[in-house]
Amino acid sequence: MSRPRRKSWSSEGRLAWALTRIITLLVYIFMFAPIVATVVLSFNASQFGGFPMTGFSLRWYEVLWQNARVIEAFQISLWIALVTAVVTTLLGIVTAFALVRFDFLGKSILGTVVILPALVPETILGVGLLILIKAIETPRSLGILVLGHILLALPYVVLIAQARMVGVKRIYEEAAMSLGASRLATFRAITLPLLLPAVVAGALLAFTISFDNTSASLFWRPAGVETMPTQILSMLKTSISPEVNALGTVMIVMTVGIPLIGGILVQVVSRLKKRTTRETAK
Amino acid sequence: MPDAMNLTESRPLAGASPAPATAPPAVEFRNVEVAYGKFVAVQDFSLSIEKGSFTTLLGPSGCGKTTLLRSIAGLVDITHGQISIGGRRIDDVPIYQRNIGLVFQNYALFPHKSIFDNVAFGLKYRNVPKAEIATRVTRALEMVRLPGSERKLPSQLSGGQQQRIALARAIVFEPEVLLLDEPLSALDANMREEMRVEIKKIQKQTGITALFVTHDQEEALSMSDRIVVMNAGRAEQIGTPQDVYDRPATKFVADFLGKANMLEGKVATVTGSVASVTLTGGQSVQITSPRQLSVGEAVTVVVRPQMLTTPPPPGASPLRGKVVSSSYLGGRVIYEVDIGEPALIRVNTAISGALAAEGAAMELGFAPADCVVL
Repeated sequence: MSRPRRKSWSSEGRLAWALTRIITLLVYIFMFAPIVATVVLSFNASQFGGFPMTGFSLRWYEVLWQNARVIEAFQISLWIALVTAVVTTLLGIVTAFALVRFDFLGKSILGTVVILPALVPETILGVGLLILIKAIETPRSLGILVLGHILLALPYVVLIAQARMVGVKRIYEEAAMSLGASRLATFRAITLPLLLPAVVAGALLAFTISFDNTSASLFWRPAGVETMPTQILSMLKTSISPEVNALGTVMIVMTVGIPLIGGILVQVVSRLKKRTTRETAK
Repeated sequence: MPDAMNLTESRPLAGASPAPATAPPAVEFRNVEVAYGKFVAVQDFSLSIEKGSFTTLLGPSGCGKTTLLRSIAGLVDITHGQISIGGRRIDDVPIYQRNIGLVFQNYALFPHKSIFDNVAFGLKYRNVPKAEIATRVTRALEMVRLPGSERKLPSQLSGGQQQRIALARAIVFEPEVLLLDEPLSALDANMREEMRVEIKKIQKQTGITALFVTHDQEEALSMSDRIVVMNAGRAEQIGTPQDVYDRPATKFVADFLGKANMLEGKVATVTGSVASVTLTGGQSVQITSPRQLSVGEAVTVVVRPQMLTTPPPPGASPLRGKVVSSSYLGGRVIYEVDIGEPALIRVNTAISGALAAEGAAMELGFAPADCVVL
C-alpha cells in the first residue's frame, strides 16, 4: 500500500527537484553574469567596452600597466588595505577577548557600539566622519582614510573573533594555568593558536573590505588621492572603456584570490604543523 | 553495632582528621567562606586532608563542592578563612604556582596539541630537561595504559581515553594534590566503572593526595578513604564511607546516601538500652541508641531499606501496612508499603516464597539495633 504512495511522492519530488535546480541556476546566472561579462570583455580587442567581441587581446592590460594613475591608486589601496587588516585584526581580537572573557561595566553597550558601523549606512558614516574632522579642524588625510576603513572593517572582525572565542572554552586556559603556565604563557600557547583561524579570516576579510570600499572612500580620501575603486569610478565618468573592464578584472582577482590563497595557506601550514608535532613526538 | 554508633565522632568538624602533629596536612581548609556578591556558596568550611589519602566532596549540585575544589586550584577567590597545601598558605598564590593537578569533567585536553605535548605541558613550564620530559611522559602514558599514543591528537581518542590522558597530564609532574572535578560524569556507564577502578588504582600506586568531587554516592562510597557530605555550602558530615552510610549524622545525609526511610515519632518508654517510639501514624517501633533518650522526646528513626524484613525479625514489634508497589530485582525485591505514615516505606529484601501482590497486607520490621536515631 505504501508503494504507490511513495511512487507518486517521488515523482512529485522529482519535479520539485528539477524546479529547484533551474531556479538555483538562474540565481547563479543573475549573480555571476556581470562578473563574467567584465572578465570576458577585458580581453576584447575592440575599442568599445561592450559586446560584440571583435577578438582576443591583452592590450587593455598593457594600457592599464602604463597608466601611472592606476598604478598609483593600486599601490595606495594595497597599503591602506594592509594597514587596515593588521590594525583591525589586533583590535578585533583584543575586543572580542574582552567581550567574551571578562565582565565589566558597559560591556553590552560596548558590544553593540562596536557592531554599529556595520549597521549604519556607509554614506551616513562617510558624512559623519567628514563633519567630525571638520569640527576638530583636521584636514582630510590618508590617516583619516585608514581610520575610516578600520571603523568599517572592525565590526566584522570582532564578530568573527567573538564567535571563535566562544568556542575556545575557558577550561583550556584554566587547565594550562593549573599546569603551571602564567597568564601570558597561556594566551600564547593555548588561546592564540586556538583563535588562529579567526585571526586569519578576520585579517583577510578586513583586507577585502578596505580594498574594495567605494562610497566611504569617496568622502574621506584627501584631494588628489584615488583608491582603486574611486579610480574606476572616475574613469567611468568619461566612458566605459575596455580599460575599466581590465581594471575590474584585476580587482576581482584580488578580492577573491587573496582570501582563497589565505585559506589554502592556513590549511597547508596547519597540516605541516601537525606533521612536525608528530615528528617531534617521535 | 550499637556500640559502634558513636555519632559525635562523625559530626562535622570533629571529624577533621587527626593528622600527626609533625607533618602538616596535605590540604587544610580553615573557616573558608566563598561568596559571590550576596550569594554564599561555601560557609565556615574546615577540613584537613591527610597526605596520600583519597577524600571525596559529595553533595547535590549547587552544594558548594565544586566551588571548594576550584578554590584550592585558585580558580575561585575565597572571601574568608585560609587554605594551605602542605602547610604553605596559598590563598594569595596564583594558580600557576600552586603545584596542583586538575582533572576536569570534560577532559579539557588542548585540542591543537598532540597527546605528547598535552602530557608534557606541565613539565615544560617546570623547566624539566627535554630528555627527562620524554621518559616521564612515556611512564605516565604507561601508567594510564595508553602507551604509544604520543603522536595522536585528542580528537582521535574516545572519551574514556581522553580522560585517562587528562589524568596522566595532571599527575606527570607529581603535584602535591590531585583535584578531580566530576571526572566520570561525562563518560557512559560501562566506562565509568572502569575509570573508577583505574583512578583509585593509580592514586594508590602513586600515593598522591586526591580530592574528588562528585554527586554520585556510589562513586563516593567505593573510592574514598573519607567522605565530606555537603549541603547548601556546609559540611553536613565528615567520615569514612561506612560512617556516613551506616551512621548518618543528619537527615540530609541519611536521605542523600541511599534514600533511607525516615520515621518521625516520640519516645514512649525507655527500658534499659531499648526504647519504644510511637510513630505519627500510631504504630510503634523498638530502637536502641547510644544517645540517652528521654520519654516524650521527638526523634527521627532512620532505617535503610535493606534492614527491613518481612516478616519482621523475632522480637521486633511488627509494622502493619499495605503494599503499594513492588519492583522485582531478581533474587531481591523492593516494596513500597503504606504503614499510615506521611511517607511510604521502602523495603529491599531477599525473596522468601511468593512475591506479595500490590494491595496485599504486609507485616515488616527491623531489629532495634538496625537503625539510627536522630
